[in-house]
Amino acid sequence: MELVQMQKSLQDYTKSLFLDNLKVEESVLGVIQKLEFMGVLDSQFLQLQQLQDESNPHFVSQVVTLFFQDSDRILNDLSLSLDQQVVDFKKVYPHVHQLKGSSSSIGAQRVKNACVVFRSFCEQQNVEGCHRCLQQVKKEYYLVKNRLETLFKLEQQIVASGGMIPAMELGF
Amino acid sequence: MVCEMETDQIEEMDVEVLSSMWPDDVGTQADNQFNVEKPAGDSDTLKEVDIAEKRTMADLKRLPELLNTTDQGSSQLTNLVRQWEYMQDHAVRLLREELKILTRQREEAEAKELKIIEEHNFETEEPENVPVLDETSHLFRRFRQKKRDELVDSKRVVIDEEFDTVAYWKQKALSLEKMLEASTERERRLIEKLNESLKTMESHSAPVEELTQNLKRAEGFLHFILQNAPIVMGHQDKDLRYLFIYNKFPSLREQDILGKTDVEIFHGGGVKESEDFKREVLEKGKASKREITFETELFGSKTFLIYVEPVYNKAREKIGINYMGMEVTDQVRKREKMAKLREDNAVRKAMESELTKTIHITEETMRAKQMLATMSHEIRSPLSGVVGMAEILSTTKLDKEQRQLLNVMISSGDLVLQLINDILDLSKVESGVMKLEATKFRPREVVKHVLQTAAASLKKDLTLEGNIADEVPILVVGDVLRIRQILTNLISNAIKFTHRGKVGIKLKVISQPSFASDKEQNETSVWICCDVYDTGIGIPENALPCLFKKYMQASADHARKYGGTGLGLAICKQLVELMGGQLTVTSQVNLGSTFTFILPYKVATSDDHSDDQDEFSDMVDHHQPEPDDTTEGYFQFKPLLGSIYSNGGPVMSNNFLPHKAMLTSPIKLINGSVADPSNSSGQSQTVQVENGGYMDESESAHQYGNGNGHRCPSKESESCSSSQASSEMESELTVSSPREEEKTETEVKETSQPKILLVEDNKINIMVAKSMMKQLGYTMDIANNGVEAINAVKDTSYDLVLMDVCMPVMDGLKATRLIRSYEESGNWDAAIEAGVDIKTSENDQGCERSTDRLPIVAMTANTLAESSEECYANGMDSFISKPVTLQKLKECLQQYLQ
Repeated sequence: MELVQMQKSLQDYTKSLFLDNLKVEESVLGVIQKLEFMGVLDSQFLQLQQLQDESNPHFVSQVVTLFFQDSDRILNDLSLSLDQQVVDFKKVYPHVHQLKGSSSSIGAQRVKNACVVFRSFCEQQNVEGCHRCLQQVKKEYYLVKNRLETLFKLEQQIVASGGMIPAMELGF
Repeated sequence: MVCEMETDQIEEMDVEVLSSMWPDDVGTQADNQFNVEKPAGDSDTLKEVDIAEKRTMADLKRLPELLNTTDQGSSQLTNLVRQWEYMQDHAVRLLREELKILTRQREEAEAKELKIIEEHNFETEEPENVPVLDETSHLFRRFRQKKRDELVDSKRVVIDEEFDTVAYWKQKALSLEKMLEASTERERRLIEKLNESLKTMESHSAPVEELTQNLKRAEGFLHFILQNAPIVMGHQDKDLRYLFIYNKFPSLREQDILGKTDVEIFHGGGVKESEDFKREVLEKGKASKREITFETELFGSKTFLIYVEPVYNKAREKIGINYMGMEVTDQVRKREKMAKLREDNAVRKAMESELTKTIHITEETMRAKQMLATMSHEIRSPLSGVVGMAEILSTTKLDKEQRQLLNVMISSGDLVLQLINDILDLSKVESGVMKLEATKFRPREVVKHVLQTAAASLKKDLTLEGNIADEVPILVVGDVLRIRQILTNLISNAIKFTHRGKVGIKLKVISQPSFASDKEQNETSVWICCDVYDTGIGIPENALPCLFKKYMQASADHARKYGGTGLGLAICKQLVELMGGQLTVTSQVNLGSTFTFILPYKVATSDDHSDDQDEFSDMVDHHQPEPDDTTEGYFQFKPLLGSIYSNGGPVMSNNFLPHKAMLTSPIKLINGSVADPSNSSGQSQTVQVENGGYMDESESAHQYGNGNGHRCPSKESESCSSSQASSEMESELTVSSPREEEKTETEVKETSQPKILLVEDNKINIMVAKSMMKQLGYTMDIANNGVEAINAVKDTSYDLVLMDVCMPVMDGLKATRLIRSYEESGNWDAAIEAGVDIKTSENDQGCERSTDRLPIVAMTANTLAESSEECYANGMDSFISKPVTLQKLKECLQQYLQ
């Protein structure tokens, strides 16, 4: 596959992560994917991309990897906490808050929004609502994780092919 | 003898038969007695027969003779016996018959007697005596019954023995005599008993008496009630003349009333009415009641409740009325009072509900406003993203057309941001969230700074001047931020509508205005009148009333021509009123307008500069005023930069919100001491400015960056207002001053790297923030919670602290409080008290800090107004809403590290 085409794909894919209901035709390694999703990421992710430069070429993937590690742990803890007979909201709340902070920082806006709802249920001490929210947060988290991993894979392939990661267009 | 006997018998039989035919006489006692005597004689004959028999048995000699005679005799005897037996049988039969008859007669008589007694009782005794002598009459009847039984007994004896032998009869007679005697005796006893009975009868009359007494008691009771009840009772005849009356008015005698009518007795109001009412009742024949208020000389004003009832005689003719009157004056009064109270209550309730409705509406309005504020806030963040990105975009390579489009986009975005900031401000004032701060400040300085700021972004050929009267105190206390906001707003407004001539501020002390309430007046208070005047287009008189209304400009035409949100003046007015002052305007079309606001200030003691250094270093841009600046009363800023702004774009209304606006509105003009990548690619137009001349006096060199890095607005279409807030700071460096100095943006040279502390618990946030800092050219220390932050602050002298609010162990608010407490007291006692393990490594910087206020900027995830208020309340200087962006961070650093 031509490098240029790959670069184009990456750009499109990245763009698609920000957009609502955008159908993007992907052709990466001959695989055509039809994706339909709504703004998994917001402008904060652009901020991260801006921070990535020659001196720190892997900044975004580093932060995002850290986010994945952190979030996996938090979600695990949350699942455990919420499965307790008596839910200790004092434990749950900081986790949700932290997840909200992290997701907000990397621009995973759908995770963040789910966390906001989750947090309000925590304040109400609504166990059932918390369970629902946890599922929602997980769903959103795995979605963004999946997408970002795909994105990084694309980037790696481009880099491996000796290309440059194209600068993100800001036209959204 | 036999014959005799036979005849006797026949006779007797006849007699008996006859006697049995006398129904009338049988029952009487005389007859019975008569009958009794006859059997007495018979009993004698029987005795003789017995004696003859004994003699026959004694003579044995003449036995054969005797035998014959005996045979004869015995046959005779047999004959006789047979005859006797026959007769006996016959007699028995007859007697039985007789007995039957007699019994029947007795029964008849008894029945008759009973009937008679009953009749007697019924007719004569019962109606009278039954109620009273019930028991007695019963006794009486029993007694009679008894008597009758006894009589019947004796009669029976007599009849049974009538036909015995003579001797027997005699005996019987005797016995009967005895019986008679006994009977007589009984009779006597009965008489005695009767007498006794009579006596008991007398004693039985006692219940009657008792009843009479009871009746008397009842009557007495009734009388008592009638006479003592608080009710007038009377009976009047059909001419309504009183026949009797109870509880008449004490001073009236009976003869004054009886036989007279009401009208004749009383005089005054209500008398006629009551008379008419009585007459009406009499005519209608229907009892009814009515309340009548009398107004008489006799007893004054009294209300009576009167019941009247017609009285009929047996022929159902009306013969008069019964009348009862009760005095209800007090009750009526109370009732009326109650009615009034109820009415009042109803009115109050109605008012309450009205009020509730109003409150409800107000609440709704407030909620709507709150929502607007929240919405605005929510819009602001993404919008700043949009504008920020657009600005970043503008630093990339673009052709001319793209740049033009982008510039329009940026300025539009700026306008929206401005609008949102204004809305937030307004809603803050209206919802009472806005709190005024009392800080010491120098009015002269404020005026100067405002003018400098305005001059910095001035694009017109205008002279800006400030004139402060000598009597204005050097140091006063007020909310300097708000006052600057008002001044800036008014000045920018004036500049906007003025094309030539001058715009100025005039300050003078006035006496207490009439609208001020007395309580505001005290010894140290001073009223300062501030005029902001211009020589602009002026305002037509008909537009004046709606001038201070929200979203209103003098005309739609103006709005098109001059732009702006139309909120500026409304905010000014609200702020001034919030501070207890008044904002007015006078204007002449084509000559200019003058906005005047009057505010009360407390006069502060201006003896010690270092005393108020805290406030000053913060509020007045950490600027130490030069000595003569405190008393200087006149400033002028001449338009020296006019050529640069000659073709300026739409002028945005000004805004000054040092904390919030600066952080949320995208500012790209400010370079500060940091090399902004955006500048390198933009038109690096070098601007010649007049140096404010203050930098030399500036002691905190790094905060001003030695006056370096200043850059004036360069792009033609760029909105000046977007940078208004921050250019305010720079303005000191840019406005006219005796010295001129050429500055270029490239001359960025830091004497020392500022020390920044990031307090944040989220690793990802730290990573991102650190990377951003790095890109901005800074490094920073990290503390993971409030306790670590305190320790870090204690050990190192930081120039800025970025403090997360929500953290484990100790949150940012508390940490900030403790740091502020340390700055005030110079020791960490409060922190130690709060359980912070203060490490003992002492150093000198810790001591120095106590005199300098460390800028602490909150990083908050909750972007609502309450939260920011909380940040300020806990001693934070500003806040950045999360997620932190390069833009926000840059603005923040610009503000605090310049």
